[in-house]
Amino acid sequence: MNIVKVGMADLNITKSPNRIRTTGLGSCVGVVLFDSQSKISGMAHVMLPDSSLSKGLLNVAKYADTAIPKLIEDMERAGANARRIVAKMAGGAQMFAFTSTSDTMRIGPRNVEACRIALQEARIPIVAEDTGGNCGRTIELDSCTGMLNIRTVNQGVKEI
Amino acid sequence: MKFDQFGDFQLDVLREVGNIGAGNAATALSRLISKEIDMKVPQVKIIAFDEIADSVGGNESLVVCVFLQVKGDIPGNMFFIISLSSAKKLLRELMGIETDDDEWFDEMELSALNEIGNILTGSYLSSLADFTRLNMQPSPPAVAIDMAGAILSYGLLEIGHAGDFALTIDTAFFEGNEELEGHFFLLPDPASLPQLFRALGVPLE
Repeated sequence: MNIVKVGMADLNITKSPNRIRTTGLGSCVGVVLFDSQSKISGMAHVMLPDSSLSKGLLNVAKYADTAIPKLIEDMERAGANARRIVAKMAGGAQMFAFTSTSDTMRIGPRNVEACRIALQEARIPIVAEDTGGNCGRTIELDSCTGMLNIRTVNQGVKEI
Repeated sequence: MKFDQFGDFQLDVLREVGNIGAGNAATALSRLISKEIDMKVPQVKIIAFDEIADSVGGNESLVVCVFLQVKGDIPGNMFFIISLSSAKKLLRELMGIETDDDEWFDEMELSALNEIGNILTGSYLSSLADFTRLNMQPSPPAVAIDMAGAILSYGLLEIGHAGDFALTIDTAFFEGNEELEGHFFLLPDPASLPQLFRALGVPLE
């Protein structure tokens, strides 16, 4: 068993028996996709909601609207069936409680919303999520079971 | 502006910027706790987003952080980061607040840490504003205790649209036998760097 690491603004896929993980999600959203039959899974560490705001070279893994289609495409190429894929999400926190909240500070909820829309457009159901709040998260998906392990500093570990 | 335009000279200038700012903040801290504070040579790095938390123990390391945004002529983000044990030491020495090592922080302690961060980052920025004669306005600060990666990524959101790299000016400071150790992080918006160099009379090739 290997653990595939996904960095910030990055995405990757793997298959059973491997696990796939990303660390220190704050306002970023970790989207995981899983096909229970082929046991192929994918993860994206989404940083920003909308690729149309990108200046310069586009990193598709960074934005919700481009990362999710790319992840599905990569999984299909590896043998997954898009009609069987389900999604789970974690992250999208507001780490700081500012009195005057600028748009940048509300980025967590906006990221969650953008991921939800991109998944809906791809007709991928969201079967579980742990989003919002004000804590950082580290997540790890088990490609055998599709269970998503979520670790926080204050609230311990949970599985969804 | 592109980071690959920077030569050694520009990086040296940015290191000096970190020296001046953190030097003043360290002096302020030293006065607050009546102890000598030493500084390490500032690290100026152009790093991939994923590596931003490396100098404070990695993405998952637990830190206390005071964060504020800088507005004005050279916009950017600023972080004051210390370990939990350093935060407890600061509270003890400054406020006489005794907390157990395994105890979490209450409202009042968080508010005190926020204010300490505010004073120190304020003196960092005001010394830079004096030196460069540029307008630098700090936003009200906010404090968080959590994973370093989750916290520091807030400083990357604005620049995230322009690329996958950030320029960080990281100055570590410590007291005595490093019982109290922390970092001042300045993440200038890349677009503001030509203005900063101009103010300092540094030519750009």
